[in-house]
Amino acid sequence: MTSIRFSNVAVRYGETLAVDAFDECLDAGEWLCLIGPNGAGKSSVLRAAASLAKYQGQITIDDKEVMRQSARWRARQIAFVPQSPLLPGDMIVADYVMLGRNPFIKPFATESGHDHDVVAQVLERLDLSSFAHRHLDTLSGGERQRLVIARALAQEAPVLLLDEPTSALDIGHQQHALELVDSLRRERNLCIISAMHDLTLAGLYADRLVLMHQGYRVSQGSAKHVLRPETLAEFYGVSARVHHEPDGTVVVIPQRASSN
Amino acid sequence: MALATVHVTQRAGTRVVTWTVASVGLLVVAFLAGAMIGPAGPQWWRVPLELVDRLPFVSIHSGVTPEQWNIVWQIRMPRVVLAALVGSMLSLAGASYQGVFRNPLVDPYLLGVAAGAGLGATIAFTTNRVETSTWIINPVPLAAFIGALVAVIVTYVVGTAFGASRSSTTLVLAGVAVTSLATAIQTFILQRNNDVVRQVYSWILGRLSSASWGDVRLIAPYLAISTVVLLLHRRVIDVMRVGDDEATALGVNVRLVRLVVVLAATLGTAAAVAVSGLIGFVGIIVPHAVRLLVGSSYRVVLPVSAVLGAAFLISADIPGRVLTNPAETPIGVVTAFFGAPFFLLLLRTKQVAR
Repeated sequence: MTSIRFSNVAVRYGETLAVDAFDECLDAGEWLCLIGPNGAGKSSVLRAAASLAKYQGQITIDDKEVMRQSARWRARQIAFVPQSPLLPGDMIVADYVMLGRNPFIKPFATESGHDHDVVAQVLERLDLSSFAHRHLDTLSGGERQRLVIARALAQEAPVLLLDEPTSALDIGHQQHALELVDSLRRERNLCIISAMHDLTLAGLYADRLVLMHQGYRVSQGSAKHVLRPETLAEFYGVSARVHHEPDGTVVVIPQRASSN
Repeated sequence: MALATVHVTQRAGTRVVTWTVASVGLLVVAFLAGAMIGPAGPQWWRVPLELVDRLPFVSIHSGVTPEQWNIVWQIRMPRVVLAALVGSMLSLAGASYQGVFRNPLVDPYLLGVAAGAGLGATIAFTTNRVETSTWIINPVPLAAFIGALVAVIVTYVVGTAFGASRSSTTLVLAGVAVTSLATAIQTFILQRNNDVVRQVYSWILGRLSSASWGDVRLIAPYLAISTVVLLLHRRVIDVMRVGDDEATALGVNVRLVRLVVVLAATLGTAAAVAVSGLIGFVGIIVPHAVRLLVGSSYRVVLPVSAVLGAAFLISADIPGRVLTNPAETPIGVVTAFFGAPFFLLLLRTKQVAR
């Protein structure tokens, strides 16, 4: 069983402390969602886990320190979906998804039949097969999001990091994307860490929420526990009502400051 | 069904295959034309006959005298081969630089190769006016080669020392600074040595006219190493198209790849520049023309650029030696004069086609 563990992780950009004293442990099949206002350190945690930002402390996967391993090893353990991926407009879909196979291809070799099989399966699974030869600049926002998730899946990594996966999507595509991630998590027993702004959606899909503020974890647990009006007021400076549906869904409803 | 989908991901575009074959065909045509056309020597149609005659077990009477064959073999052929090597190297290096810096406007002279080579050559021209003729090795290519390598090493050391970030902008800026510095020193030396200005100027414009088999042998090893290293990296350079961060997350050691590719491209470019002078435009125009023809995957762009670059420079060298005979037009002038309109035409037709 793959697990990812953060022990006393700190991330600094020069003098600025972006994350401090971050502890967390996730097992396979778990979905953790980082929430918090802009600049709270959510993305920095993800970037540290992907070794894109230098960190102090330990981040281990199956007790191996990720920073000490090779980039290829990390890419087989951790797939990272950035908030705004760079999509070369004239690359075709199949080639883009094939980039996810890079950690399995020897540096100067070409892809094997198995790599092509994996890409074909991923395209099939995400309903992208008919797009295989389309250029990336012809895809819609929802298709692009699926495409980037497809590339991450092609890495066959047990840990999936999602930075604001739904920020560029309309409400329908947000739901589709998150449903897709959720079903993939169940199928493949993935360990998922996402950073999200939409608190209702975060509470709906994640097993656990971690609320961050100025680099520190300030609250964590179930949606019911974390999403409380007084907590939101304190850390987001927002005036919001929190509504509990009978099925357990927690809905965050912003209020107008002037309303009565 | 699985077979069908595998086929979908593996199908190479017919356009890619067509243009790869076509570029090899163009190279063969350019090579033959380069060997056949010239102000002196045998009638043009006799050259291929003689070439066939030289094959083992084949005997054709071509009517080429040994003296005429000497012109073809000792004067034209080294020039054609050198043009092929230099054109191929500059195009391949240009395409590789554009890949690792993710900037389509970058050329192989970006990090100071040209200015360093120019300074090296200038120093060689000014310090060895009399003795040069008696030296065993011509000091100009050697000095240009060393100048080019020193300039790029300085750029790299300075650029990476101050650029702690992963961005390559600092490196490019360091290249600009080193280029300015080397050019300034070169200008200073030239002002105090007016007698070599003409020589240096003609070297800077690029020339293949004095090409010999010795030049070919001199640069071939460097070009071979550089070409092999760059072509081996073509798939990884493709992965880097998604940016440094994402390429890192996909398991690429971005800094190492960039360092190795830049060093290999610089080594090849420095060797090419050392014997041919500064032939501009090739390193930008050829990769771009190739992209318009076969798409922008570096797995195709790199090898096709190498082949088409060779064909381009051989072709560009032909008018230079025929039109203004006996005074030769510098090849750098020809590449720009014919290359620029051709490139504009290509851009225009492609845009209309889309």
